[in-house]
Amino acid sequence: MSARVKWRRFVSNFMLTLTGLCALVSVSVLFLILGYLVFNGGTSINWAFFTQLPKPVGETGGGMANAIVGSAKLLMAASLFGVPIGFLGGIYLAEFSGGAVASVVRYAADLLNGVPSIVIGIFAYSMVVLPFKQFSTLAGAFALGLMMIPITLRSTEEFLNGVPRYLREGAMALGASKWKTIASVVVPAAYRGILTAILLALARVAGETAPLLFTAFGNRFWSRGWEQPTASLPVMIFTYAVSPYEDWHRQAWAAGLVLLGLILIINILARTILSRGIAVPRS
Amino acid sequence: MATVNPTIQSAGPAAGSRSFLSKLRDGDEIARLITFLFAASVVLITVLLVYELWISSALPRQKFGLHFFVTQVWDPVMDEYGALPFIYGTLVTSVVSLLLAVPLGIGASIFLAELAPPQISDTLQFFIDLLAAVPSVIYGLLGVFIVVPLMRTVIFPGLNKPLGFLPFFKGPSYGVGFLTAGIVMAIMVIPYIISVSREVLLSVPRDQREAALALGSTRWESTWKVVVPFAKTGIMGSIFLALARALGETMAVTMVIGNTPKISASLFAPGYSIAAVIANEFTEATGDLYLQSLIELGLVLFLLTFILNGLARLLIIVTTQKGSGVGNR
Repeated sequence: MSARVKWRRFVSNFMLTLTGLCALVSVSVLFLILGYLVFNGGTSINWAFFTQLPKPVGETGGGMANAIVGSAKLLMAASLFGVPIGFLGGIYLAEFSGGAVASVVRYAADLLNGVPSIVIGIFAYSMVVLPFKQFSTLAGAFALGLMMIPITLRSTEEFLNGVPRYLREGAMALGASKWKTIASVVVPAAYRGILTAILLALARVAGETAPLLFTAFGNRFWSRGWEQPTASLPVMIFTYAVSPYEDWHRQAWAAGLVLLGLILIINILARTILSRGIAVPRS
Repeated sequence: MATVNPTIQSAGPAAGSRSFLSKLRDGDEIARLITFLFAASVVLITVLLVYELWISSALPRQKFGLHFFVTQVWDPVMDEYGALPFIYGTLVTSVVSLLLAVPLGIGASIFLAELAPPQISDTLQFFIDLLAAVPSVIYGLLGVFIVVPLMRTVIFPGLNKPLGFLPFFKGPSYGVGFLTAGIVMAIMVIPYIISVSREVLLSVPRDQREAALALGSTRWESTWKVVVPFAKTGIMGSIFLALARALGETMAVTMVIGNTPKISASLFAPGYSIAAVIANEFTEATGDLYLQSLIELGLVLFLLTFILNGLARLLIIVTTQKGSGVGNR
């Protein structure tokens, strides 16, 4: 074997090993993050964390009960706003639309999907906070809901398009009208995919902080209603992490662990709902 | 087949000839209208977003015009606003993050697409997808407590001693700064580069690889000289996509960049980025000009990501279609 061939073999093996290392490093980041969160936050997760309000500055202890409930409220309201628009809009795109209108809607959705979350926050601020003259849970939910729309819309369309034609034809041949076909045959056939997409959208906005900073704002107490500002887990993590207090850092780690755990569980759940063979579309 | 076809054909005209009223009774038209309204609302919201950003930033556009982008003074007390330090910070951190993330991301995607057996590749891709789902505030948390101290104790001395004569690596270091933000951002965008590049590489037709191997090239040569050039445009697309993400990245950057509206050549110096200044100052912005200047920064950010996303999508579509087109032949 000539030296040249040997050299080429060596380069090949060397570079391919290097790419393997790249992959290893990239994936290990996930486990590093998880490890750090469990190591630093694990000991701070206790009963008080889930049941108590934040203590005043300077006192140790307390929890984030209000932020956990606040996040749940925000996500619920955001889904109520974002999912119907995305889902029904997706049905329109897949089943009713013709040409030009559909491409305009698709383009708008893609554009909306690419808008930085902080800009979504500005928009929600001027649409909801300014008219009502106060930060509110609703404004935060509006911002998060906006971010759910494009993901839900595009994946609903994608999964409906994936339903085989003969199912539709079968239903129509039995005399069902178009919307009945859609409601009783097409959507049920695609529901796993659509559910996955909605869960993934939920998981994505669950960790969003930037759009909440000046919409839902924050609150050290229980939020008294939908038109009042509310605490949320991501914003709590942010304020606690950049604060100078040792006890707050401890709680930020705990909150980070809870939030990330929640998001990863939703993600894994969503991906297992999908049976193999259907690809999860990326946002 | 022969029995099915006539049925469909006869159903077609019959459905078409039904009166509008009977269609209405079946609910088809109503369903169409309702779903149309929801689809149209997406367009409406998007248009409204752009319109709102535009009219809400009228004041600084009138007062400063294009000077807004080239002046360095950001002084709420004197009511003078210049965006240059923020634009500089956003660009520098994005470039740093891409310099770190692109080689690593493309390397990993080559491994996933070309080398790893499908099962391992899918498993690793699953972890990469999970990594992409980690929220930015968590990256910020780790940035503040892990990367910033690491920066102060290890990376700064390590780079400053041998390379301190270069303006980029001059001290002192506070831990927070452009380089810290760039590193955290790099970690955040790597999953996007990997996912898209892997997809693009996988769409390169098999015969391209086989032809290269048959001509006697090594595995690496076929990958680097044939497959990667074939997928070049799509990989560029993935980089643009990552850049768009990096530019709009808010929380993690806000937590580690140092939040100082200054332009410094040193990567260890604290700085500021467009998204970070909006996040920090929006709620405290008193006075219309202040608030609207921040909104104009939002508009700039929107336009930048809009252009980059558009370009990225175009490049990715071009490559994947090229791949599938040749493959089907």
